[in-house]
Amino acid sequence: MQYALSIFLSGISLGGQYALIAIGYTLVYGILRLINFAHGDVFMVAGLFMVYLSSWFPLWVALPLMLVLTVLLGFAIERAAYKPLRSAPRMSVMISAIGVSYLLQNLATYVTGGLPKSYPNLPLLSDSLVIGGVSTKWVTVITPFLVVALVFALTQLINHTKVGMAMRAVAKDFETSQLMGIKINSVISMTFIIGSALAGIGSMLYFTNYPSIVPLSGALPGLRAFVAAVFGGIGSIPGAVVGAFIIGMSESVIKGSPFSIFSDAFTFALLIVILVVKPTGLFGEKVTDKV
Amino acid sequence: MLKIDGLRVNYGGIEAVKGLTFEVPERQIVTLIGANGAGKSTILRTIAGLVKPASGRIHLQSEDITGISPDRIVSKGITLVPEGRHVFPDLTVLENLKIGAYLRKDSLEEDLDWVYSLFPRLKERSWQAAGTLSGGEQQMLAVGRALMSRPKLMMMDEPSLGLAPLVVKDIFSIIKKINEQGVTILLIEQNANMALHIADTAYVLETGRLTLSGSGKELLKNEAVKKAYLG
Repeated sequence: MQYALSIFLSGISLGGQYALIAIGYTLVYGILRLINFAHGDVFMVAGLFMVYLSSWFPLWVALPLMLVLTVLLGFAIERAAYKPLRSAPRMSVMISAIGVSYLLQNLATYVTGGLPKSYPNLPLLSDSLVIGGVSTKWVTVITPFLVVALVFALTQLINHTKVGMAMRAVAKDFETSQLMGIKINSVISMTFIIGSALAGIGSMLYFTNYPSIVPLSGALPGLRAFVAAVFGGIGSIPGAVVGAFIIGMSESVIKGSPFSIFSDAFTFALLIVILVVKPTGLFGEKVTDKV
Repeated sequence: MLKIDGLRVNYGGIEAVKGLTFEVPERQIVTLIGANGAGKSTILRTIAGLVKPASGRIHLQSEDITGISPDRIVSKGITLVPEGRHVFPDLTVLENLKIGAYLRKDSLEEDLDWVYSLFPRLKERSWQAAGTLSGGEQQMLAVGRALMSRPKLMMMDEPSLGLAPLVVKDIFSIIKKINEQGVTILLIEQNANMALHIADTAYVLETGRLTLSGSGKELLKNEAVKKAYLG
């Protein structure tokens, strides 16, 4: 019983962290039809920002500053590597994204010397507590609630504000959006800003559970979150969240079983199955058929 | 009001508009007629700022607006109802209208009432997703959405395309009504008969060049026009 509870707790917490990354993939895909391969590395760099900033500043400065820098990074990547390719074939933009991913990993290797950096202990988040006889960290309990609150705020923004309306319009039709007077570049920047901010918060929750961070720390969580986004139906925010919780939960279950080394194999096998059986994912975009 | 001077536009590797000069006088309905591929859409897209001209100037009330961005064109009071309507299918009717007023910060109530009075059908369906409307209703929505920016000049690209004849008649009578309320109209149409009947001024365009001009009534009687466009 205790064992099941601990699996469940780590599953929803992991799922919540993947959800925050997966939303970044799905938002950008929804607008640019681009798989932003650099997103997992933005997540890793956010972790490194926190490592360095917390050694220089008190936490109440370091934390917001980390978020601001992560947002600026996401914004700058879009302006420098994707915006000049706006009218290029989609493949070119994707290759540019892969390039940015390697650039970030290598810059991180250069700055850290390739050595693992220990992630700071965050008060409250890193503290332990005991639920139903299971000892865990506060972050495990806080994550799902924080994720639900953030997703709620995001859907409100998208469905009930002018910026959100512009985002939905640009996602459907660049040219007509321009005719409405919408500056599509600002809207695209906005999506990168939101995606990066969520990745920054996600990195804080995720790395609190790990002793250290290396330049490749973003790669696997990034890929798992990507699978989650595809599983849920890329382009859909509820899809990304549900997909992320499913991926997080199954990873946790398998890691707690005798087959723990197969946990990633299972995740990626799931990707293949989804692509074969239902390529649009659980909540994928409906294709409107004209009757 | 709008003056086009020596406009040349390259589009998809060819020169689609070859040195075009014409004028849209204030408060008139002006139409450009011509066959497919004559460059009509390219002209409107260039005025709207979606396409940059190779050379030539576009003036709006003596202000040079050549090559400025689409959002600034909208804020100067020029709007384009695109070919094929292009309403936002997932947005509701009301949201589509609101997004037409994207750059405005004042109250929209009055304009919504105006658009709903022109198109009562839109009011009945204001909570429906625009993708579920019929073709004619979508065209009404596209026009209503354009009006929400309070345009001085409304450009329309093939508003009758793919619509039933009765609906086309409705749309044209509403275009006339909108014009009577002070909005200048620049219309391009393949349905030359309809367009010439409501136009104050008409131009005939052939492969990027103007070949004829006159009032709508004159061109309706013109033998060459009759033969080529009125069947």
